[in-house]
Formats: sequence, C-alpha cells, structure tokens
Amino acid sequence: MKFSNVMSSAGEWLRGEGPHHQIVISSRVRFARNLRNRAFPGWAKKAERTAILELIKPHVEELTEMQDSFSELLQDLSALEKQVLVERHLISREHAAKGAGSAVIMNRRQTLSIMINEEDHLRMQSIRSGLQLKQAFKLLDKIDSALEGDLEFAYDPRLGYLTACPTNVGTGMRASAMLHLPGLVLSELINQVVQAVSKIGLAVRGLYGEGTEAMGNLFQISNQTTLGEKEDEIINRLTKVIETIIEKEHDARQVLIQKKSNTLWDQIGRAYGVLTYAHAMTSKEALNLLSIIKLGVDLGTFPEDRRLPIDQLFIDTQPAHLQKTSQQKLNAEERDHLRAQIIRDRLKLFPKPDISKLAKESGNGSTSAPTNNE
Amino acid sequence: MLCDVCKCNDATVYLTQIVEGKMQKVNLCDACSKEKGVQDPTGFALADLLLGIGAAEEIEKGAPTQKCPVCGFTQADFKKTGRLGCSTCYVTFSEGLGTLLKAMHKGTEHVGKIPQRAHRVAELSDQMRSLNESLQKAVAEENYEAAASLRDQIKQLENEMVTAKP
Repeated sequence: MKFSNVMSSAGEWLRGEGPHHQIVISSRVRFARNLRNRAFPGWAKKAERTAILELIKPHVEELTEMQDSFSELLQDLSALEKQVLVERHLISREHAAKGAGSAVIMNRRQTLSIMINEEDHLRMQSIRSGLQLKQAFKLLDKIDSALEGDLEFAYDPRLGYLTACPTNVGTGMRASAMLHLPGLVLSELINQVVQAVSKIGLAVRGLYGEGTEAMGNLFQISNQTTLGEKEDEIINRLTKVIETIIEKEHDARQVLIQKKSNTLWDQIGRAYGVLTYAHAMTSKEALNLLSIIKLGVDLGTFPEDRRLPIDQLFIDTQPAHLQKTSQQKLNAEERDHLRAQIIRDRLKLFPKPDISKLAKESGNGSTSAPTNNE
Repeated sequence: MLCDVCKCNDATVYLTQIVEGKMQKVNLCDACSKEKGVQDPTGFALADLLLGIGAAEEIEKGAPTQKCPVCGFTQADFKKTGRLGCSTCYVTFSEGLGTLLKAMHKGTEHVGKIPQRAHRVAELSDQMRSLNESLQKAVAEENYEAAASLRDQIKQLENEMVTAKP
C-alpha cells in the first residue's frame, strides 16, 4: 500500500460510528514492548537499531491484520508525510523525528499502527471510533500474543514488561480517549473536570498528547500509571470515568440550552459567519470554530448529514494535510489563506444555523443524562 | 526568576502540570531546558523531569559507580535522558529504581499480562520446586526407589527449562 492510498482514505475511526461518537472522537490503546537484552532505541547505536528493526519488521508484516499494510522506513518518508501521519495520530511526534533504523507499519483501515524503534523497540497502537477501549484493547492483546511467539520480549516476573522509561513499566499500556467537550468549556466547568480526573491518577492532555495545548475543545484522557494494576482494571476504570464525563458534558449542554441559549446561539452564529466568510485562518482558530459547528450539529442546528464533512475538516485543515493536498510547500500565511478557502468551499452549500432546532439536544446515538441537576 | 536547576540564569521555560491533584511547577533557563530535553514538548512530561532529577540521585545512592554489564549505561546517562539503556538496567540499578517506581506507580509489582513464554517458565519452576520437595522427603524416608525416579524427572524438567528459556 502506498502513501497516496493512506492520504486518500480517511481512517475508519474518523467516520465516527462507535458508541458515544458525538463526544468521544476516538479510543486508543497502545502497548510498549522491547526485546530482551538489547539496548533500547534511544541508547542503541545505529547499527544495532537497524539490526533490531530487521529482526522485528518481518514478524509485524506477517500478521494477519497487516495484510496489504502500509509499511515504510522513516528515512523514506518526507517530513510532510511524517507530519500527515502525526496529524492522523498514526505515529507520535517523537517517532516523526526519527530517521534511519525506525519504521511504521499500519493496516489498510488505519485502525492498527505499529512503530518500530520509537522510544521502545515496539509501540503498537489500536484506534477505534467512539468509546471502545475494550475492543481496542482486545485487538492489541491478540497482536501482542501473536508477536511474542516469535519475539522474546523483555519481561520481569516482578516488574512486568520492561520499557525505556520507568513510567511505562509493568503493563506498558496506555489507554486513552479523545473527547470533544465544548459544553464543559463554554460553561467554564472544564477545569473542575480536569482537576478531578488528575486527582484519581488519570492524565488530561491536549490534542497531540504530552505537552500540547487543548485546541478545538478536544481533550485526551489516559491512565497515568502502568504498574500494580491489571490491564482490564485500567480499561474499566478509565471507561467509567469517561462515561461520567460524557454525562457531565450532556448536562452542561442542557444547562446552556436552558439558561444561556443566547450565548450559545451567538457562538454558533459567529463560528458559522467567520468560517463562511474569512479569507485567512490559523489552524487553531479553525479547530476552535469547527468545534462550535460540530456542537451545532450535535444540537440539531445543522442537519445530521453535515457531521462527516465537519469532522473531515478537523483533519484536512491541519498544516501537513493542507500542503500534501495542494502538493506544495506553503508558508504559514499561504496556509492560512488556503485553509480559509477550503473551509469556505466546503461550507458553500451548508445551510444557515436553524435556531428553532435548538430546543433540545438531539439524542441521536447519545444517551442524554437525566436532567435532575444537583 | 532564576532557573530551578542551575540557579544562575534567568528562567525562560515555565512548566506546570497537575499530578494527583498537586500542582508542580518548574522554571528552567534555556540551557537547562535543552539539557533536560524539555525543548521538544512531545517526548517529555513534567513528572519525568521531576522524577528524573530525583531518580538519578536515587540511583546514585544504590550504585555510585555502577555500569550496566549488557549495554554500558551509567547513572549519569539516566540523569541526562530520564530513560534507561536496556532491560538489564532494571537489574543493574534495581536498588534506586525501587524507590522511584514506588513514587511513580500504583503498586510495586506487576499484576497484568504474562507472556506465554514467561508463563511456561514460571510453571516449570513451580513443578521443579515441588519435585525437589518430594525428593528431599523421599531421601529423608530412605525411599531410594522413589528418589531415583524423582531425580530422573528433575533431570528431564531441567532440560525442558533450558529449551523454554532463550
């Protein structure tokens, strides 16, 4: 499979069909694994890294799930192509900085991506649409069991899977979900949620993981620790917390509709106006405004069939996607113009927001929380 | 504001993170942030940095001049990167790492998935233990016939363990 194929088809998770997909964009689980007695990628010399890569790569490509996969050495990908993969969350930013001795292999549906020689020898990741952490875990567990038959992973009976960074030792598992929480942000409750979540040993991060800011009202919630708790316990705990946050988000939206409908209507109208008429837009501004339009779709102010085009714009307006589509390198100013142009074009036939529909939240696929507010 | 690490240059990088409900703040100068690898925000968490600084000291306590026999990694390298060199480093620096892991995680022992191969080795060593106990008992009871048979079984199990292990 070629890079152009990756580019032309959106990942399955982007189509948004999973449970709670209005609020939970995606669920991801990743495992970190290393080979026994071999230097970790950050410490290994180039020759050793290459040898490790050559040892691991064929086994990954042989996996049933990796039939007709996209498999590429990092040194053979352009900076722009790497960035496209980062924007789709198929590789980490750290991996994009790698060259010789590292590789990425992913399946056609873009639901399974395996990085070789990132921070650990193997970083395997499974992505699903909506809240499906259990399903994501199940697939990854199967992949991991298949690989351990051929590769001997560094494992200690007391400490579990051994990883380059002590923060990942044990299960080597990080489970996370990307949540769209405009209701909690608009009603200024988000800080409370973030603090509560971090109090119980979970981490909240921005769009692209560690150290990135929250844009487009998107937040990633993941487990902080990996030692002393079973995989399914971590997944269950995380799922429960996310279900609570989903409820809080629905509550916040209801309160906004009932008590601050003018503010809400104003936000949606402004977002619609700016997106339809602006001629220059940064990716941050685009994400923040698209988030409000997405909320508008959730609330019924825009028809349901406009959901996918908006979700698609979240990805297509990212810097590397813009440049890859236009097939030229653009400076920031040129990107801002092109971004605004693409958004204007796609919103051309978009109907005006219909405030009469803003009476109550459309319950399409979502379980609206009871409105007995505390 | 001065840098928290070198205490001589002005801090230019300010980091805040909430871990377990506690706010942690670190201010670093340009040079120190580079040295700690903070410049690239993706490969980095504040917890790593905070734990990393303390962690290297923890490791130093346990093994002042120790070097990993497999990969040649030293505590100075850990101080610099916050990452270990290879899986054997966990044995080499186990003393200091113990305290670090305790502070970092929910527990100190892995309770999750066990790779099949390790599972098999664990099973075999359980069998070995019980065979050895039976053997001692048989010898004590002067039941030499049983002891001879047990000895054969132990020998066979030893061979199996060699093949199960890499």
